[in-house]
Amino acid sequence: MGATTHKRWGKARVLDVCEVAQHVRQVVLEPERLEAPAPPGSHIDIGVYVNGRADVRSYSVVGMGAYGSELILGVQLARQSRGGSAYMHALRRGQVVQITQPLQNFPLNYGKPGYVLAAGGIGITALVAMGKALKARGANYRFVYGARSRSLMAFVDELAAEHGNRMDLRIDDEGASLDVAELVDSVPEGGELYVCGPTPMLDAIKAAWAKAGRRPADLRFETFGSSGRFAPEAFAVRIPRLGLETLVPHDVSMLEALEACGADMMYDCRRGECGLCQVKVLGLEGVIDHRDVFLSDAQHEAGDRLQSCVSRVVSPRTGGLAGADGQQAAITIDVP
Amino acid sequence: MSAPIQAPGTPSGHAAFRHFPLNAWYAAAWDHEVGRNLLPKTIAGKPIVFYRTTKGRAVALADACWHRLAPLSMGKLRGEDEIMCGYHGICYDADGRATYMPAQETINPSATVHSYPVVERHRYVWVWTGDPALADPDMIPDLYMNDDPNWAGDGKTIHVNCSYQLIVDNLMDLTHEQFVHGSSIGHDALSESDFEVTHAGNTVTVTKWMLGIDPPPFWKRNLQDRYPDYEGPVDRWQIIRYTAPSTVAIDVGVAKAGTGAPEGDRSQGVTGTVINTMTPETDNTCFYLWAFARDWCLDKQVITTRLREGVSNVFFEDEVMLEAQQRGIEANPGYDFYNLNIDAGSMWTRRIVQRLIDRELGTEVEETGEAAGNAAREMSTLTGAANAEEQQNANGGTGQGAEAAEAVARHREQPTAGLMGRGF
Ligand code: FES
Ligand code: FES
Ligand SMILES: [Fe+2]
Repeated sequence: MGATTHKRWGKARVLDVCEVAQHVRQVVLEPERLEAPAPPGSHIDIGVYVNGRADVRSYSVVGMGAYGSELILGVQLARQSRGGSAYMHALRRGQVVQITQPLQNFPLNYGKPGYVLAAGGIGITALVAMGKALKARGANYRFVYGARSRSLMAFVDELAAEHGNRMDLRIDDEGASLDVAELVDSVPEGGELYVCGPTPMLDAIKAAWAKAGRRPADLRFETFGSSGRFAPEAFAVRIPRLGLETLVPHDVSMLEALEACGADMMYDCRRGECGLCQVKVLGLEGVIDHRDVFLSDAQHEAGDRLQSCVSRVVSPRTGGLAGADGQQAAITIDVP
Repeated sequence: MSAPIQAPGTPSGHAAFRHFPLNAWYAAAWDHEVGRNLLPKTIAGKPIVFYRTTKGRAVALADACWHRLAPLSMGKLRGEDEIMCGYHGICYDADGRATYMPAQETINPSATVHSYPVVERHRYVWVWTGDPALADPDMIPDLYMNDDPNWAGDGKTIHVNCSYQLIVDNLMDLTHEQFVHGSSIGHDALSESDFEVTHAGNTVTVTKWMLGIDPPPFWKRNLQDRYPDYEGPVDRWQIIRYTAPSTVAIDVGVAKAGTGAPEGDRSQGVTGTVINTMTPETDNTCFYLWAFARDWCLDKQVITTRLREGVSNVFFEDEVMLEAQQRGIEANPGYDFYNLNIDAGSMWTRRIVQRLIDRELGTEVEETGEAAGNAAREMSTLTGAANAEEQQNANGGTGQGAEAAEAVARHREQPTAGLMGRGF
């Protein structure tokens, strides 16, 4: 069941914050009111402060605490984060935060002949509870967890102990990188593959899935805002019809920048899924870094539109265009 | 499994029953429905009685007697322009002033009922439900095709058990024709072809062209009224024009393919206008007044009847779906719509309506994400104090409470940035 629930905000107390891997902290929250345990695949939205401004971030629920009344989150301090993860890392025991009830966009279907869970890096936070649920039901599953190095992998020891030989660690600097084709192959016919990880991993898996002719609906993934192909840069955006021009700083989305400069923008999901914040591309100096899951590969390729809530533009130099002199990227668009 | 953990109650958010602006002209009835009889109707939650004076002027009075609130519609017409309450006999004129009071020789000066501004235009009787000082007849949507020598047509009224907003949504996204009206006007090209949305002031326009397609049965027949021998492909258009709060005029038609219709030459085609104006009755019921006007074979009454009955059948399919959708909304009080790209037109109409309502209520807020704005507001009151100390060192956070209310965005933290970026 994935219908969209109303978000209800309530208070939660921070019970504990501790380091569980390099740059990753586990945050334990006790909601004032929790009417049902968080289902596997769910997340919460939490109010954060970024540069003194209130904002909202989403984090997967890793699991419930021992008393069944606590929610466990795992938060990576993201280098290019807009400050939400820094806020989360600075949380102190006893502090009170505002969170929603657990929200579900990534439900686990029971009763399949087989499952593969594939986590990349901090994407593990979305899959821990699924692994536990599958194990408890005696399901046929394989749990793949990859990262560049072991020190970056949150919960790795607990998971290895919990899942024994169903656990398959793929650690680049230990010489065991993920083989995407093999991963897809290992999903039994009629089984499901659940993925949460960085964009290149997800893209590679999607491509392999399609190539193998597998049923699209059996590939399940969480669309936590994609991290894109390039690190975010500042770029200029112009709307000639409205006589607007503004700079999109590296840590602000194009949608936010347009809203801030007075454009009346439509949106709903603000995470690249729904297609509502689409803008028409009229001109481009640079390369579009599409980060949405709404447009198809062919539409990305065509480059005549983009989803402004997540997608960005990078300079010709960054984008690898020949002869680029390193000037800032710029895009000319029109909006509804 | 996500259980809706909100207790049943008043829903909020997109799927909620929208309220409606009161400072608006709503089409209360067709002109022929208002006469020398008493027509009670609830318009935008207000009970109103309609009638005509002997001179032919349409009148709309509050349908509740000043004395003890008996419905005036249970009374009777008197003289040239008066109505008499059926309970104790107080009479009111067309301005709602008492002209006769029982058992007293004087007339109590405070004895009045509200007389709503009324304008008759383009075959509809429009009533203004809000502040009469603001009732500007120029704000009535221009539906001239309903009443113009270059057009012919007719229509009906449907009472629909759904919020008027669901009908606006329905008309702003015609991809549904493919699925709801597959046998008449539906066509695969509908959901496959691109559309363009624009908005300006209190209007929204959605434009869709389908070039070189086989006409669906409804349009094939219409084109053959004018070109009986034409069997070839057509260029089809749907240009949906919304005027707030609840009028949608849809310019529709087909022309022989490649004869210049997209460039403006429709001489080789047929054009219709689907006129739709929805009048909220209550939060979850409405009157849907529609008409189909055409620009071809104006002298053929048989075509008028054929089209009216044909469209009527098509709209019945909508009615069934819309009432079911309303029940679905009411049966799922914890859930919101998930809006898609195809909903862009309807999302703009909802935003415009919300702004009208906010302006009316004086609750205009800065343009921010609705959900994020709410979250931020609640957050600031609940956690502002607790966080203030903590944040002093971390961010040097100041003025959080004030800024919180303006905060936007429910961006997802990018959980993977920087890690494993090149790992796979
Ligand atoms: S708001 Fe949904 S894709 Fe951007
Ligand atoms: S497809 Fe729109 S309500 Fe189901
Ligand atoms: Fe319809």
